Amino acid sequence: MSVLSVSHIRKVFKGGGFFAGGAEKVAVHDLSFDLARGETLAIVGESGSGKSTTARLAMRLLDADAGQVMWAGEDVSTLSGKALRKKRKHLQMVFQDPFASLNPKMKIVDTVAEGLRVHQPHLSSAERRLKVAETLQLCGLGEQALDRYPHQFSGGQRQRIGIARALIVEPEVLVLDEPVSALDVSVQAQILNLLKELQQEKGLAYLFISHDLSVVQHIANRVMVMFAGFVVEEGAIEDVFKHPKHPYTKSLLDAKPISHPSQRNDEDVLALDEGVASEGCAFALRCPIAKDECKSFDMRMKDRVACLFPL
Amino acid sequence: MLEIRNLSLSIPVSGQHILAVSNVSLTLEAGKVLALVGESGCGKSLTAQSLLRLGEFQGVNKEAGDIVLHDKSLFDVSDEELRHIRGGVISMIFQEPMTALNPVFSIGSQILEVIHLHTELDKDAAVQRALALLADVGLQDGEQLMQQYPDSLSGGMRQRILIAMAMAGEPEFIIADEPTTALDVSVQKRIIALLRNLQREKGLGMLLVTHDFGLVAEMADEVAVMYAGEIVEQASVMDIFDKPSHPYTQALMKCRPEYTKDGQLAVIPGNVPSPGDWAQGCRFAPRCNQANQACSATPVSLDAWHSGAHQARCIRVDAS
Repeated sequence: MSVLSVSHIRKVFKGGGFFAGGAEKVAVHDLSFDLARGETLAIVGESGSGKSTTARLAMRLLDADAGQVMWAGEDVSTLSGKALRKKRKHLQMVFQDPFASLNPKMKIVDTVAEGLRVHQPHLSSAERRLKVAETLQLCGLGEQALDRYPHQFSGGQRQRIGIARALIVEPEVLVLDEPVSALDVSVQAQILNLLKELQQEKGLAYLFISHDLSVVQHIANRVMVMFAGFVVEEGAIEDVFKHPKHPYTKSLLDAKPISHPSQRNDEDVLALDEGVASEGCAFALRCPIAKDECKSFDMRMKDRVACLFPL
Repeated sequence: MLEIRNLSLSIPVSGQHILAVSNVSLTLEAGKVLALVGESGCGKSLTAQSLLRLGEFQGVNKEAGDIVLHDKSLFDVSDEELRHIRGGVISMIFQEPMTALNPVFSIGSQILEVIHLHTELDKDAAVQRALALLADVGLQDGEQLMQQYPDSLSGGMRQRILIAMAMAGEPEFIIADEPTTALDVSVQKRIIALLRNLQREKGLGMLLVTHDFGLVAEMADEVAVMYAGEIVEQASVMDIFDKPSHPYTQALMKCRPEYTKDGQLAVIPGNVPSPGDWAQGCRFAPRCNQANQACSATPVSLDAWHSGAHQARCIRVDAS
């Protein structure tokens, strides 16, 4: 059974701002995925592709305009308020910026214990403190961390605190939105190792949002590539990275940073990576192999790719 | 030539000044890209900003050393000369294209301001110059673009505009502080290629400040690796990638995810020490898997190990 299942969700943002005149933008079109226990599904794509919106829809932090969200087999699409809050223990989130996501005025013990107050209200304060200490230890932080404040920690330590805060209610799913992109490479390695260990130990499932393909390749089992609110390709990580079928996936992989100066090559510096087609295939304006038929393609997935002329 | 000579800088921390950069020497030459690499808190941005004497605004003090531009100390120039040097001889491209542009002024007025600051052009000629600068960075629709405001533009376009502005005073040197980290991967690649082209075409000397070895591999000729306020290794880009010699450089390279396909990534135990918490002797020794007692006994000089122009601040390179 999948621990998280999303089917045919759609999200439209109404134009914001005083002068925007109510223009609509479809942030996520008819998107579906399943996440199994112990599995890591990565969502990759550029900014504005809808990957963070998808995560927030799956978390029920945003209301979808259509479609269904199931947590551990239970439809939570229509739950709200207290009923939803009770279920939140199943799915927890880790944010990108460990600096912004911790309350600077709260001791670590209180920040990490917040979820317990909702989900295990019967615990005494001594029991809560013990549980926080155990969870912090699991995330590689000692007991001396309990009574300190966020500014006394480095970026990597704060991200460990963010992970502990999510883990303390014993969720089955962690939604991780760019969890290592604000960290230095040596610290990033520590956090990625920690996430892998925790997954093996507890059978956690991860929905892992990232723009960094090297990180995704290291941590994920499956990957979903998004462009302009559409899933354009999905599949096992080895298949997608070794044999990309969608021209957009290929362009992303080609843009991966090189790992040695001998791989330098000169490219077209003046071409701009802008533009989304409003009809037909959204990628057609930027696609090197687009044909006339693409202008009326409805971007339906077939055999893991949404493309009329897969590679 | 632009030289940093034995520069030491201190920063204000709760009422006192603490050494944050110690005894750094670097040389920028026309037509060459020097990458300054290290993790957050190692002093690389402080060092880079000192080239424009920008740190002074945040209370950074020069404790020792000098910065020399064409045989003249940057600390001996008048305020007027300094204003000309900033942008006219040495320009800077910042990390955050989202915050480096002023949201309430049009793109045109921000570019024209820089042009007026550095040239005597009249209004029409300045507009022509602005259009040419925008075309140089791949923005063809300049006239329309100059009417627009920053918030209507993508991150990639804003970074192109900032690069155009940095070029407006026809500088000899460019300091690029993490110029691509805030951008999408596909945009990154294009901005890298654009910077490399401009740098070559105009024969600019560039200091590239980054923590990203991918960017170093793409752009650098020379590399200096910083740790805890000092340079620990310096070499050509090929030598840094083929024969990283300082254990810190080796460790940084190994913890990149592309280095390990499966299983655990290599890590460096512990954290980067803050200024004031630096170890005696080799500052990396407390985290180094190759250190012995001798490493912590006395400070290590940058040429403790060397092979040609390749230097490493380590007494154990040949032992390990």
